[in-house]
Amino acid sequence: MMAAPLLKTSGLNAWYGESHVLHGVDIEIAEGELITLLGRNGAGRTTTLRAIMGMVSRRTGSVTIRGREFIDVADHRIAPLGGIGYCPEERGIFASLNVEENLMLPPSVGKDGMSLDEIYRMFPNLKEVRKRMGTRLSGGEQQMLAIARILRTGAKLLLLDEITEGLAPVIVKALGEAIMRLKAQGYTIVLVEQNFRFAAPLADRHYVIEHGRVIDRIEGGDVAASMDRLNHYLSV
Amino acid sequence: MLKLLLAQGMLGLNNGVFYAMMSLGLAVIFGLLNVVNFAHGALYMLGAFVALILYSYVGLWFGMSGFHIGFWPALILTPIIVGGFGILIERFLLRWLYKFDPIYSLLLTFGVTLVLQGLFVNIFSASGTPYPGMPDALKGVVNLGFMMFPKFRLFAIVFSLIVCLIVWYVIERTKVGALLRAGTENPELVKAFGVNVPLMVTLTFGFGTGLAGLAGVLAAPIYSVSPLMGADLIIIIFAVVVIGGMGSIMGAVVSGIALGLIEGVTKVFYAPAANTVIFFLMVVVLLVRPSGLFGREG
Repeated sequence: MMAAPLLKTSGLNAWYGESHVLHGVDIEIAEGELITLLGRNGAGRTTTLRAIMGMVSRRTGSVTIRGREFIDVADHRIAPLGGIGYCPEERGIFASLNVEENLMLPPSVGKDGMSLDEIYRMFPNLKEVRKRMGTRLSGGEQQMLAIARILRTGAKLLLLDEITEGLAPVIVKALGEAIMRLKAQGYTIVLVEQNFRFAAPLADRHYVIEHGRVIDRIEGGDVAASMDRLNHYLSV
Repeated sequence: MLKLLLAQGMLGLNNGVFYAMMSLGLAVIFGLLNVVNFAHGALYMLGAFVALILYSYVGLWFGMSGFHIGFWPALILTPIIVGGFGILIERFLLRWLYKFDPIYSLLLTFGVTLVLQGLFVNIFSASGTPYPGMPDALKGVVNLGFMMFPKFRLFAIVFSLIVCLIVWYVIERTKVGALLRAGTENPELVKAFGVNVPLMVTLTFGFGTGLAGLAGVLAAPIYSVSPLMGADLIIIIFAVVVIGGMGSIMGAVVSGIALGLIEGVTKVFYAPAANTVIFFLMVVVLLVRPSGLFGREG
């Protein structure tokens, strides 16, 4: 049995305009855990994160964070009240802001956010380019910036969408190490990931999502035994 | 010839700083709200009338015919009043239209323009009223060496340039400005970070319209205060914004000033073309660089 969940969704439905994308997603994650949402493109993994953040036209069901119901909370109050840091799939680096402005942009949502020094220690590359505009960064630098800026806010619950997408293997490896360090420091992390090899060693549990529903749940320890099932779910 | 050029250049500069301040407000609003505020000219007119009313009527309303609220207090009060009016427009009218095509908000602000103009034509008549409240300190002329230039116009130029500079600094160099720029690019994500974007949108609209009001006060002592003064200006301002690049702060200021100058200098060479040169340039810019001189591509 797991401890009381930090974040739990039940029967989460979400719409973009008229189109009904999530049909009842149930996931839960305890403090300090790392879970992944696996599935094919368009299965609803990104939408699950966006629905948690209120970035959909409409959502119903239940989202609780630390026992508090969030389904009716106004979208701009979700991050501060829940202590959430969200890193979108397209990274969301602001082109008209330089690196340091991007880093300082999100308001604090919790105590003991990382200082600029700590962030530059964790991502030394960012320090070198700190005056550069957001658009003039490599993909890897953008990804590090997107993660770094939510660590600065003091968020302890991180929702990370496809952070390895399109990045060179050496950078993926560095990101994996960064995620391990964060988990060791007690961060709670929801990872949407296409790269199963990246996700497998990190995760406590995997949720497989298809057609806007959770269709399977695999504990981290059972991955080896469940490879056939996983390959079946993820094959195109 | 050189003297004539410089003289027209100064008058052009005077117009140019008005263009700059007006298109600056328009650019800030378009950037964050994606609203083409057609009412910007009417709000400029409102600013001039607020200054006139503060000077000539407020005293009468309270039975004190000798009481005037002069130019200096008006310079501060008017942007607040016009900005407040802008906030009401955003909060109660525009807000309902964001989910529709931008053409709806354009039409709404066009309607607001007609209502404002109609109201003021009814109350004050369509012909202009001179603004009697020019402060003594700014009366008279200064010798610039090549021409005698009205002190007030010189003040208007310097003051507007300082305002543009401050606005540019705040937007490009401060935390508030960073939020505004980020909100312009990706309001949804800024909201997800925990920023109250709807409030920011309301305040930005209020600020942009306040700038129009400020331009109105500065214009009142120069041009006569008339209900249609904004209608002529708004068309030029749209051209300025298109040339500068929709939503570009820098583009609004630079192209506003530059076009004022070009307009002035054109008067020297071929006066009848002065009114059309801006639109000719707009056509050229649209053909060569559709996103405007300072606009981002795509």
